Amino acid sequence: MSITELDRAGGGTATGGTEPAVHAEGLVKAFGEHRAVDGIDLDVRAGEIFGVLGPNGAGKTTMLRMLATLLKIDAGRAEIFGVDVAGNPHVIRQLVGVTGQYASVDENLTARENLWLFGRLQGIASPRARRIATELLGQFGLEEAANKPISQFSGGMRRRLDLAASLITRPPLIFLDEPTTGLDPRTRGQMWDTIRGLVADGCTVLLTTQYLDEADQLADRIAVIDHGRKVAEGTPDELKTAVGDSTLQVLLAEPREVPAAVDVVRRLLGSDPVLSPEQGRLNVALDQADLAADVLIALRTAGISITSVNVAKPSLDEVFLALTGHEADGDDEDVKEVTR
Amino acid sequence: MSTMTVRGTVRAADRVSAARRRVSMGETLSQTMTMAWRALKKMVRNPEQFVDVALQPILFTAMFAFIFGGAIAGDVQSYLPLMIPGILAQTVLTTCMATGTQLREDMEKGVFDRFKSLPIARIAPLAGPMVADLLRYTIAATLTFGMGLAIGYRPGGGVLGVLGAILLSVVTGWSLAWVFTWVGTIARSAQAVQGISMMIMFPLTFLSNAFVPVESLPDWLAAFVRVNPVSHLVTAARDLANSTLVTSEVAWTMLACLVVIVIFAPLAVRSYKRHM
Repeated sequence: MSITELDRAGGGTATGGTEPAVHAEGLVKAFGEHRAVDGIDLDVRAGEIFGVLGPNGAGKTTMLRMLATLLKIDAGRAEIFGVDVAGNPHVIRQLVGVTGQYASVDENLTARENLWLFGRLQGIASPRARRIATELLGQFGLEEAANKPISQFSGGMRRRLDLAASLITRPPLIFLDEPTTGLDPRTRGQMWDTIRGLVADGCTVLLTTQYLDEADQLADRIAVIDHGRKVAEGTPDELKTAVGDSTLQVLLAEPREVPAAVDVVRRLLGSDPVLSPEQGRLNVALDQADLAADVLIALRTAGISITSVNVAKPSLDEVFLALTGHEADGDDEDVKEVTR
Repeated sequence: MSTMTVRGTVRAADRVSAARRRVSMGETLSQTMTMAWRALKKMVRNPEQFVDVALQPILFTAMFAFIFGGAIAGDVQSYLPLMIPGILAQTVLTTCMATGTQLREDMEKGVFDRFKSLPIARIAPLAGPMVADLLRYTIAATLTFGMGLAIGYRPGGGVLGVLGAILLSVVTGWSLAWVFTWVGTIARSAQAVQGISMMIMFPLTFLSNAFVPVESLPDWLAAFVRVNPVSHLVTAARDLANSTLVTSEVAWTMLACLVVIVIFAPLAVRSYKRHM
C-alpha cells in the first residue's frame, strides 16, 4: 500500500523535490476522427504557475482531463510528481485537485455541506471535516453564505467554492480550468490573489486560460495550444517579445491605400503589419506603445488618411497571428467566442 | 491565506510517499454511506421525487382491484390476496427504475466529474444513491399494503408475514436496481434511460403471475412467466403475506437477485468508469 510498492510497480522514483510536477510526452486524445489533443509535450516544474493558453476548442480542457485521470490517454505518457498517470490513477487523484467548469459542487447541498461531503469522501473524520469546511469558508469569504443553497450564489462565489472544494486535502498540484472566465474584473483580481497564495504555500498550479493578460499576470511559464498542438512555450516576456508589447490598430479611410501603408510601416519598424480581414484595417505590433505616434506621423506624412485608431494590449488573436500565422480559429462556433 | 499557512507548507514528495495505492473495503463502505447521505439530503430537498413513489401504489391498488377483481377472481375481496403482492412487486420495480433515471440526470452535472476526480472507490457514487433508495422501497411497499388494508385486504400471514413480504420486496428492488443503474450509465440521456427501463419493466411485471393466475395463460407464455424472477417474488410474497409461509420461492427470488447483482453491478461500474 505504501510508496515502496508503488516504485516497484513502475511508478518511478518518488523521492526528493527535484521531480517535475507534470511531465508529459506526446499526449494524444482522439474523439473519432478528430484529434482534440495531438501530441503535446509538457513540463511543469514544482512550485510554479504554468499557464496553458489557447482559444476554445484548442484542446486545453481535454489535456487537463487526461492528466486528472478523467479521460483515458490514447497515446503518449504522463507523470505527475514521478507517478505514472495511466498506471496509478488512484495515487494521481490524491495528488491533484481539480477545479473547472466540469468539476464543480453539488447544487442540492449548501456550501458547508459540500465541503464536509468532499472531506468525508476523502477519509477525513467528520469533526475534522467540519473544521476544515469552516476554515475554508472563512478563507474564501463565504461564511455568510455557508448555509445558503448554491442556487443563490453569484458566479464569483460559485468559483470560489469550487476552488475551496479542491483544497480540502491540500493537494500539491492544482488544475484550474479557466478559473476566471465570465467573472467581473474585481472578482477576477481576487481570484488571481488566491491563486498566487496557493503557490506561496508550496503548491504547483496548472491553469488554462483564453486571456493573454491572465497568463501574463499569473504564470511563470506559458504554453500556447492550438488545434491540439503546442505552438509556443516560454515565459510571458518571451511570448510578448514575439508579439510586441502593444498593438496599434489603424482603420484606413481608403482600403486601396493599404499597400502604401504597409510600406510606410515596414520602413519605419522593419516589420510588416498584420492585415485584418476587415477592409482597410492594419494591426501593427509595437515594442513600446510610444511608437504608435511615430507610425501615425509617418502615415500622415505619406498622405494616407485614417478613419480610426486604437492602441491596445495584444489580444489572443494577435498572439495566434504572430505565432501560427493564422487567426485563432477553433471550431466554427468557437471563433465567435474568442473574437467576441 | 493566513489559515493556510497555519496548516503548514505543502510538500509534494511527502504526499507521494503517503499516497495509498488502492481503496480498502472499509473506505469503500464509508464512502458509499457518505454518498447515501448526499442522496438522502437530495430526496428530502426535492420532495416531488416522492410523488410517484406515494401515488402509484395507492392508485394502482384501487384501480386494479376494481377493474380486474370481478373478471379474474369473481369479486374484489377474493382478488386482493392475489393482487396485493403483485402490486407490491410492480411498485418496487417502478421505484428502482427511477434509480437509473436519476443517476443519469446526476451524472450530467458537474459534481459527478468532481466525484470522478477524487481518490474514492468507483462504485461509491453508484451504490450510495441505491442505499438511500432503500427508504423509497420501504415507503412504496408499506403504502401498497396500507392501501390494500383500506379497501378490505386482510392478510392471513399477519404482521410478521406482511413484514417478511415487505423485506423481501425491498431486497429484490435493491438488487434489480443494478440493472437500471447499468442502463443509467450506458444510455445517452435521462429520457433514453426512462424509455429503455420501461421496455425492461413492462414485460417483467406483466409477463408474470402478478395479476393473473399462470394457469390461465397459453403454454408458451406460461413457460416464460414461470422463470421470470418477478413471478418468484410475487409467489414468495403471497405465501408470506397470506399464510406466513417461507417457501422455496424465497430462495429462488434470492438466487435471482444474486445473479442480477453479480452480472450487472460489475457491468455498471465498468461502464461508469469508461463513460467520461
